[in-house]
Amino acid sequence: MAILLTKTTKVVVQGITGREGSMRAKFMRRLGTNVVAGVTPGRGGEEVDGIPVYNTVKDAVKNHGLFDVSVTFIPGTGLKDAVFEALDADIKWLVMPVERVPLYDILEMVAYGKQKGAMLLGPGSIGLNTPGIGALGWLGGSVEFANRHFVPGHVGVISRSGGQSGTLPYVIAQAGFGVSTVLHVGTEPVTGMSFSDVLPLFQDDPDTDVMAIFGEMGGSHEEEAAQLVQSGKFTKPIIIYVSGAWAPAGMKFSHASAIVERGSGSTQDKITRLREAGIIVMDNPNEIPGRLKELNQQGKLRVK
Amino acid sequence: MARLQEHEGKALFKIAKMPIPQGAVAKTPAEARQIAEKIGKPVVIKVQIWAGGRGKAGGVKFADTPEEAEKIAAALLGMTIKGLLVEAVLVEEKLDIAKEYYAGIIVNAQADARCPVVMFSTEGGMDIESVPADKIAMMNVDVIRGFKIYDALNLANKVKVPSAHITQVARLILGLYETFKNYGARLIEINPMVITKDGKVLAGDCRISIDDSSAIRHPELGISVARESGTPPTELDKIAWWVEEKDLRGTCYFAEMNNQIQGECFGTIGYHGMGGGGAMLGVDGLNKQGLRVPDFADTSGNPPASKVYRAAKLVFSQPGIDGYMLGGFMAANQEQWHHAHGIVKALREELPKRPGFPVMLLLAGNKEKESLEILREGTKDLNARIRIYGGERVYDTVGLAAEMKEMVLEYKKERKG
Repeated sequence: MAILLTKTTKVVVQGITGREGSMRAKFMRRLGTNVVAGVTPGRGGEEVDGIPVYNTVKDAVKNHGLFDVSVTFIPGTGLKDAVFEALDADIKWLVMPVERVPLYDILEMVAYGKQKGAMLLGPGSIGLNTPGIGALGWLGGSVEFANRHFVPGHVGVISRSGGQSGTLPYVIAQAGFGVSTVLHVGTEPVTGMSFSDVLPLFQDDPDTDVMAIFGEMGGSHEEEAAQLVQSGKFTKPIIIYVSGAWAPAGMKFSHASAIVERGSGSTQDKITRLREAGIIVMDNPNEIPGRLKELNQQGKLRVK
Repeated sequence: MARLQEHEGKALFKIAKMPIPQGAVAKTPAEARQIAEKIGKPVVIKVQIWAGGRGKAGGVKFADTPEEAEKIAAALLGMTIKGLLVEAVLVEEKLDIAKEYYAGIIVNAQADARCPVVMFSTEGGMDIESVPADKIAMMNVDVIRGFKIYDALNLANKVKVPSAHITQVARLILGLYETFKNYGARLIEINPMVITKDGKVLAGDCRISIDDSSAIRHPELGISVARESGTPPTELDKIAWWVEEKDLRGTCYFAEMNNQIQGECFGTIGYHGMGGGGAMLGVDGLNKQGLRVPDFADTSGNPPASKVYRAAKLVFSQPGIDGYMLGGFMAANQEQWHHAHGIVKALREELPKRPGFPVMLLLAGNKEKESLEILREGTKDLNARIRIYGGERVYDTVGLAAEMKEMVLEYKKERKG
């Protein structure tokens, strides 16, 4: 999707010399992403996979000009400073594959991002993948896996679960279709982008015909998506599965956004709300191939 | 534990110079007596457990004399209230209450907010959920600008707090915000905020949940399991946290839960999921087939085999399970052979003790072929009902749960007969 990633989008990787940072920088490059520079304080002058490393983002900008995107591979407690540094270097699009970020730090970086007019994906997002163009973060896992199972096509995918953002493309490819862009919104209790921020981008994306979404209990992503559809701001067909019908209130499930709090965010409420908006809610994710075939027969979804 | 007890929360209030009633924690009846003597007037004695509604459950009592305080403490200590053992009581001066207010801060994650929300109401002492919205003053805080004393004054003014104590109220709200920010709380409440007959304003009770990811910055809070839960951690939960804390590679998540089936329950499945979303899928499927799941486990994010093995052993250590399911309902990005190795080791230890035991193993994604081979080879000589599946059934939650149910019914029948 052009607004999020093209072949020429200029990418800097913060934390590029770490275990994750170096491995994922290589992965992004192999998939075609234009990774231009990396940043790790104290490691300026080194190279990672041929990518030059700088001590600060400002120094990287001095040598390469402004960046379109920063991908941050920084431990949770250090993420806030890295994000502020990127925002102060006029980077307007950040992807944060980082978990265990202190909550007040998240609130501060999201507020500062808003003030700067930037888009923040995550924290806790494994990123996005546009087959044939590249990836930001590590969505797709390995080059071998991404190339085999992320087939270019016209289903837009968003997920609240990292694992499922890899599984939906896999299942969609098995059904004989492909994906336009796959995006994971993130697993932290507060994220910079919600379903309702992402859907308008897919609305304007000519490669996307329909959306396949993996939702979960807790939070308000699904309700906000329903609201967007009802207000007429998103008009493409959506198929969605919402997991966690059995979840007891007050208990967290692996990641912090999956928690039903104080009578809100239950799966059943979400399903009701989505159906009211005319969205196709699946009882089982196994329905995906059949639903896509139906949409194809109705002329709403291209195969290639 | 991410939730603090009342006395722990009040200690944080004290640091923020917020007025709290005079008092201290007692772990023995004699200590309770000494505290009451020092206070020198009638006291209230409150059990220190992290459940709400302590008063109604008989966990809050009043004493006029130190002797009475000792007697009451003796009765309360060692009691079980709401399933929780009372190990300490808080002995505090009894307040002469004229009015009860409420102040609280939560985080609003909705797309149009993504900020702390400060709430204040003159209708305190009850659950804030039952207070009508027009009686609650609210403010979304811009964290870059911060929360100011006049913000607190404006909130109090909006619900007509009398001028006589509005500055004291505002200072308490401001202190609450500072505590919320400094300790990384997810939720913080003063309920009730007490206005005494002689015009003092104090935090009568408090409720604080620390954000799991912020707990690491505050070792002084002594949080044993930094995980949100509706109940205190069980022994198994604590072991799982120990596994997690010692090894930060990937995730080993394990929590016991109260999962009930609507309608007939056909059996209990020790459940070992993979990936938050994928793990949830499996529970959805099993529940739909009338199979109960006593735990939620998740190993993902590329953990080593040792961590996967420990998670599987925890799942097996639950009493009364009729089957084990590895619910890998995801085409994983992680190389799956670490899972395969960890699982084989656990199964080779557990299954000889349980002839005919139903086991369902689903593993898909990166290095799937090799991983399934490890599972097949490693379990082929075991006397158990073992089914092994890969990517072709990655979303077949219903079909796999139905097969699981069949195996469980056979197994239970066999054991009866």
